[in-house]
Amino acid sequence: MFGIIRQKVSAGGSPPLAFGQMIRPAVSAWRGYSAAAKQMTVREALNTALDEEMSADPKVFLMGEEVGEYQGAYKISKGLLDKYGPERVLDTPITEAGFTGIGVGAAYHGLKPVVEFMTFNFSMQAMDHIINSAAKSNYMSAGQISVPIVFRGPNGAAAGVGAQHSQCYAAWYASCPGLKVLAPYSSEDARGLLKAAIRDPDPVVFLENELLYGEVFPISAEVLDSSFCLPIGKAKIEREGKDVTITAFSKMVGYALKAAEILAKEGISAEVINLRSIRPLDRHAINASVRKTNRLVTVEEGFPQHGVGAEICASVVEESFGYLDAPVERICGADVPMPYAANLERIALPQVEDIVRASKRACYRSVPMAATA
Amino acid sequence: MAAASAFSATKFTQPLPLNTTTSRSHDKHQSFFDPLKTTSSSSSFLGSTRKLRLNSASKFNHLANSNRRSAVVAVSDVVKEKKVKSTTNLLITKEEGLKVYEDMILGRSFEDMCAQMYYRGKMFGFVHLYNGQEAVSSGFIKLLKQEDSVVSTYRDHVHALSKGVPARAVMSELFGKTTGCCRGQGGSMHMFSKEHNLLGGFAFIGEGIPVATGAAFSSKYRREVLKQADCDHVTLAFFGDGTCNNGQFFECLNMAALWKLPIVFVVENNLWAIGMSHLRATSDPEIWKKGPAFGMPGVHVDGMDVLKVREVAKEAIGRARRGEGPTLVECETYRFRGHSLADPDELRDPAEKAHYAARDPITALKKYMIENSLASEAELKAIEKKIDEVLEDAVEFAEESPLPSRSQLLENVFADPRGFGIGPDGQYRCEDPKFTEGTAHV
Ligand SMILES: Cc1ncc(C[n+]2csc(CCOP(=O)(O)OP(=O)(O)O)c2C)c(N)n1
Ligand SMILES: [Mg+2]
Repeated sequence: MFGIIRQKVSAGGSPPLAFGQMIRPAVSAWRGYSAAAKQMTVREALNTALDEEMSADPKVFLMGEEVGEYQGAYKISKGLLDKYGPERVLDTPITEAGFTGIGVGAAYHGLKPVVEFMTFNFSMQAMDHIINSAAKSNYMSAGQISVPIVFRGPNGAAAGVGAQHSQCYAAWYASCPGLKVLAPYSSEDARGLLKAAIRDPDPVVFLENELLYGEVFPISAEVLDSSFCLPIGKAKIEREGKDVTITAFSKMVGYALKAAEILAKEGISAEVINLRSIRPLDRHAINASVRKTNRLVTVEEGFPQHGVGAEICASVVEESFGYLDAPVERICGADVPMPYAANLERIALPQVEDIVRASKRACYRSVPMAATA
Repeated sequence: MAAASAFSATKFTQPLPLNTTTSRSHDKHQSFFDPLKTTSSSSSFLGSTRKLRLNSASKFNHLANSNRRSAVVAVSDVVKEKKVKSTTNLLITKEEGLKVYEDMILGRSFEDMCAQMYYRGKMFGFVHLYNGQEAVSSGFIKLLKQEDSVVSTYRDHVHALSKGVPARAVMSELFGKTTGCCRGQGGSMHMFSKEHNLLGGFAFIGEGIPVATGAAFSSKYRREVLKQADCDHVTLAFFGDGTCNNGQFFECLNMAALWKLPIVFVVENNLWAIGMSHLRATSDPEIWKKGPAFGMPGVHVDGMDVLKVREVAKEAIGRARRGEGPTLVECETYRFRGHSLADPDELRDPAEKAHYAARDPITALKKYMIENSLASEAELKAIEKKIDEVLEDAVEFAEESPLPSRSQLLENVFADPRGFGIGPDGQYRCEDPKFTEGTAHV
């Protein structure tokens, strides 16, 4: 079903296969090293990170459906088969339980597999291995067997693909001890976190987003350096503010930033935290921000109950209860399987307006609850 | 007892010695009928021009071909027995032929219309078309009763149509409208119709197979435990070659044979799983062989020939209905379009595509009907015209149908909406008249 890159003629979106220009200089190269001199799509960021880590360490290999000859269902592995050959870029049959377990077994023996799920939805067929074989082995073996493996692929809602293909697994995996769960937003995140994940000695669930793959972000020379790596477990303040804290991850960071811009025009200064790491969660960054702004809005695409927002709220209530000036607000996907019809799909997912409205509510510029989208 | 019958089922497909397979043409309609003929012309994967990376694989393939030829003989035996008894030499009656032809034309035209509508932005997401594989859907499903069940994959529009779901309801579903067979909630990959016993539309590889096996289990249970003596309902599970590498397939072959369930596992082997050639994905490309391995008949049939598919389907469905247990049928077919409408389809060799395009199942049936005076050119044209009208009507209907209302978002999550729980006011949340105005915001 695979999408594999949407090429709707009428939709006109930028052709996702425009992979030719890997790094597009935004300004003339003669200007020298300006920090934001270059731009890169998230797809290129992931591809270059994989490429560099495979080139740096022969123990790193990539396996999954269509990662080789097809160049990846979403072209993340483009060019890697040619460069590293079929021994290190393995096209698997459609058997998530099988190849995920094989990846885990290889990691027991010191290899560093990167297992691609065509989408994270399909990881449900492999969950036994992610949770039982990967996440618990270091503990059960009393540290004798570590599992340096990365499970990666697009997560969360895509567009128009219905209930089985549109789901966020952040809360699912983040509730499991022994796993590290990362969710990049920008190209910088994608490069830095994927490199960190591959170098990490523990199993990492790496949640990408299909709808971000084609998005372009400015990228600094430092991030382009092959030694670049981001720390696991540290959030990033994407935008500083003083009136309300908005936490988000993955695609929702972009929505939160847009909401912050709208709020700024209305005199509300929002601080946007890009979580980057869902587990471990940077409780310090979140609480420090809430202690400053005294208000919290959490945003995620996943389901409300026992979600990432729920965990963040619990942390803030536990650590910073006395600092809160308003009830916390949680923006989540609707508590229903994703509908197919486009109009229902839209109201099932958080929108920028919802974040704006909730932030205003938190700042006591309430609008009635019934109007919540 | 079960073991004994399983054993005889195994025998059913025991390959005959190779040397007995050569002189078996006994029928003047052999071009449509004699599976031997098919075997040599479209022999296993000779149709695939796929070049393998590993040299050893081609050796394998060669081996596979000779095995396949012998195995198909078992099918021809089945068919031969039938033939002796029948009074006419024709493989299909006029009425049956016209019905199957109409169903195949409907399937093809519906999918072509979907492509147009997708490019016009009327439907969205992943849309997987069935062009080229019509002989399988029509050959099998048109033999079913309304009470029999069909379980499909994401490539499900045509299975739905063959099972009798109206084109209007399928088209409208694809447009995301309330008049769709799932009120716009399911979409292209998730067609359901209780009335027609279409049990889905499963988008994950392999997951439809256990569900279908469960449906077959319920038929047996109703007959044997609930004493509904007339419950002889059969379930057909449709899935692709790529899916046959998934564990759920093997798990269910085992249980279906173990419990002698009334199910037919129909593999639509179109040689590709997205961009993964079947030959690169599986250690032994002959899927039908997995039947005997689990104690059930395994049959390979030319899936581009609806008459052959029908013969095999009759036998397999009959076995299931008589309580003789499951059958695995591998239909060798081909999809004429990319994997989905978003697939650039760059890996399949044009020569391979041309090879199968020349074996278009609709053209073949048309030729057979005309050559055997089962239908005139004009009669077939009339069917094509009728289907054009059906589709025009379906699109118009879908276009004019209303979008789901906002309140629909929270409907159908539970059969009992008290599943949404009790709100802060102590009342069931669903009892609040304003409940459906929100988005189940907790
Ligand atoms: C568990 C799971 N993994 C991966 C996918 C993605 N996927 C969708 S269709 C497909 C190929 C299936 O090929 P095949 O079974 O031969 O059926 P065909 O599409 O050829 O009809 C894949 C890998 C999926 N839907 N479910
Ligand atoms: Mg296939």
